[in-house]
Amino acid sequence: MADLTMRIWRGDQDGGELVDYEIDSQEGEVVLDVIHRLQATQAPDLACRWNCKAGKCGSCSAEINGMPRLMCMTRMDQLPEGPITITPMRTFPIIRDLVTDVSFNFEMAKRVPAFNPPAMPEGGYRMQQIDVERGQEFRKCIECFMCQNVCHVIRDHEENKVNYAGPRFFIRYAELEMHPLDTNDRRELVREKMGLGLCNITKCCTEVCPEHIKITDNAIIPLKERAVDAHYDPVAWLGRKITRRTKRSAAEAAADRP
Amino acid sequence: MADYEHHSYDVIIIGAGGAGLRAAIEAKQRGLRVALICKSLLGKAHTVMAEGGVAAAMGNVYPEDNWQVHFRDTMRGGKMLNNWRMAQLHAQEAPDRVLELEQWGALFDRTKDGKITQRDFGGHRYARLAHVGDRTGLELIRTLQQKAVSMDIDVFMECKILRLLRDDNGAVSGAVGYWRPTGEFITFSAKAVILATGGVGKSWKYTSNSWEGTGDGHAIALWAGAELIDMECIQFHPTGMVWPLSVRGILVTEGVRGDGGVLRNSEGKRFMFDYVADMFRAETAESEEEADKWYDDHTAGRRPPELLPRDEVARSINTEVKAGRGSPHGGVFLDIASRRSAEFIRRRLPSMYHQFMELAGVDITATPMEVGPTCHYIMGGVRVDADTAATGIPGLFAAGEVAGGMHGSNRLGGNSLSDLIVFGRRAGMGAADYVEGRADAQTLDVQQVQSIIDESLEPFSRETGENPYDIQRDLQELMQSNVGIIRTGAELDEALTQLEALKVRVDNISVKGGRVYNPAWNLATDLPAMLTVSTCAALGAQARKESRGGHTREDFPKPDPEFGKVNMVLSQPNGSGMNAEVKLDPQPILIMPDDLKALFEEAK
Repeated sequence: MADLTMRIWRGDQDGGELVDYEIDSQEGEVVLDVIHRLQATQAPDLACRWNCKAGKCGSCSAEINGMPRLMCMTRMDQLPEGPITITPMRTFPIIRDLVTDVSFNFEMAKRVPAFNPPAMPEGGYRMQQIDVERGQEFRKCIECFMCQNVCHVIRDHEENKVNYAGPRFFIRYAELEMHPLDTNDRRELVREKMGLGLCNITKCCTEVCPEHIKITDNAIIPLKERAVDAHYDPVAWLGRKITRRTKRSAAEAAADRP
Repeated sequence: MADYEHHSYDVIIIGAGGAGLRAAIEAKQRGLRVALICKSLLGKAHTVMAEGGVAAAMGNVYPEDNWQVHFRDTMRGGKMLNNWRMAQLHAQEAPDRVLELEQWGALFDRTKDGKITQRDFGGHRYARLAHVGDRTGLELIRTLQQKAVSMDIDVFMECKILRLLRDDNGAVSGAVGYWRPTGEFITFSAKAVILATGGVGKSWKYTSNSWEGTGDGHAIALWAGAELIDMECIQFHPTGMVWPLSVRGILVTEGVRGDGGVLRNSEGKRFMFDYVADMFRAETAESEEEADKWYDDHTAGRRPPELLPRDEVARSINTEVKAGRGSPHGGVFLDIASRRSAEFIRRRLPSMYHQFMELAGVDITATPMEVGPTCHYIMGGVRVDADTAATGIPGLFAAGEVAGGMHGSNRLGGNSLSDLIVFGRRAGMGAADYVEGRADAQTLDVQQVQSIIDESLEPFSRETGENPYDIQRDLQELMQSNVGIIRTGAELDEALTQLEALKVRVDNISVKGGRVYNPAWNLATDLPAMLTVSTCAALGAQARKESRGGHTREDFPKPDPEFGKVNMVLSQPNGSGMNAEVKLDPQPILIMPDDLKALFEEAK
């Protein structure tokens, strides 16, 4: 008994349309299961990305009834009655069907100046659990890129992409900034080149994060404060000059990158 | 004549999980031109699924721990079928590799005095697994990924390799594949190729593996003339989810048991006490009281039987379910709710909490989980030299799950992540040593390339034919029922017959649509590898007339010392490819030197 209607966007960069598929429901399924059954029975060439099917790899991001979700973690029985609409992430160029070109994110990753710790002492670094936990929250990121997808700075303004790292990389910068061992200073870089100021903290990224990382509160806002401090506060500037642990400037840090 | 783009490198690495990334970093550090090729996006490889931790005798929690103990645990866990030299290098080098990850930005959980903390796992005598909650694999892959990106290593994402190329002297010279997003073909010439393609689990119905686990590396190595060993040794992880059906097989970390979780049957009994094999009796607790003391102080009692090696636990669960003492959905109960506080569980096992809550609607801080065995890992694989990761084909190297020998007939939990970084590095070194001073690879054999491309396009040329998804489903059913956790000679004979029938169907696949991100075509190009590794597994299982580690024969239920002395070596001496004959030849295992043998005498 075909009791489900899956309304799936099919097409490529030249355009496409929503196509309805009728299929029977089965107990305990997630959206990705239904997509797989459609591939096996009705639409063998229906393109979608997936890997782990357990919410750990961040491959199967899509917009389900308009909301960015992981298809593997969205149970069918929790969606409202009626047709279920599945569309690709809107912020990225289409490759085909539900698969988008997310290379923007991999380009932004290349622009992050590398982690740079002091030489390791015999037996390894010593760090306290409470200190590593700050970075660990951001390292939970599974790179589903849904925060990037939902961020209006790039979702609605293609032209911003060149100058805007986006929430995924703001948490990466925050993680390095808060890392107990790192010695690179990227604060000027995120302010000047990575568009941190463009974020007006609407928290859309935090809302869609499947790992429940408090992107805005724990990463972006502290990062904004630190970047602004670094740039405008003369006392802080002097303090940095005379403290023993000197972080390198953004220009020096960025020079690590080819 | 098809068009294709061409690239030339010193070293190409196929697969970008932990082993591939680590190999790429090593080769790049040696100043070589390196390409990293992966079937998915970077950072999505199966390494990301590893939960519990990375095993390394750092001695941070138990100073008594050292490489000799880790080596001994690994060999005993593998039922002594391991390549002893690999097990030795692994135990010796794992601590340095873990520390190295922190130099590259990883943040492991800490002890009170600020060192990397370590958790208990099955088969490990001491708390030995460095971890980050229950998402250690993510930490490992992200750290290596970020390191590789910072080194400007060229990455070819969503690129499927179909075959390896060899030159006139028999050395490997490159590879042919296609871009999944465009369907366009791509060729590589390289002085050395490192295989780091992971496992084969996707040929079974219930598996923790992702779509990528199709045995590509095993198959292309065999087709190129390399040898595989012990492909019958497949690990069924004791605790996979069993319900809802759609998530059946998804992994539940062994960390649940390391942190105090216990297995119970439908009668509420901790049944593992009934299944302690002689080999482990001396070090396993006899009562619940004794076992429970052990979690806080390993000197106050012996180990709980829930933490026996995975093969032992998986078989025991299987037996309980068969005896009618299973859970409602055909598993057993894994209970941590009644034993640890909700706060403890959420902190130590955050992704398990999340996974059960979201997928099964089960709160693991209040209710036991239902779990059962799931196809998880292949111990067998490409035969390599321990020190260099070199295969028998000049210029071809293999590391990680695709390589055989390290884990013998059964892998201990946590020994996989450490395997990746130890032998990933060694493969990078081995390839670099091989490449340095060598002239560029010869020009491509255009005809060879063309025939590989033509073969992969055949499914589009058939108006009608088989649906690749149907073949995949039938293969998974077959392997699950006939080459599963418990095997018999008759079922294996039947499996081999059926596999031949499936190969005929693969040769008659029809695919519609274009080549741009077409999953039906992608599957059609994965199936020959899946059929090849399935055949190898069945042949090995048929020949190994004993039970050892991850290989259990109902008709030969005991280990046989004679079979313990041989590797089942598989090769294709005549012809190459899915339809060429696979030959099996038992060959003696490496003999362990006396000083290492002594470690086992002392322990008795």
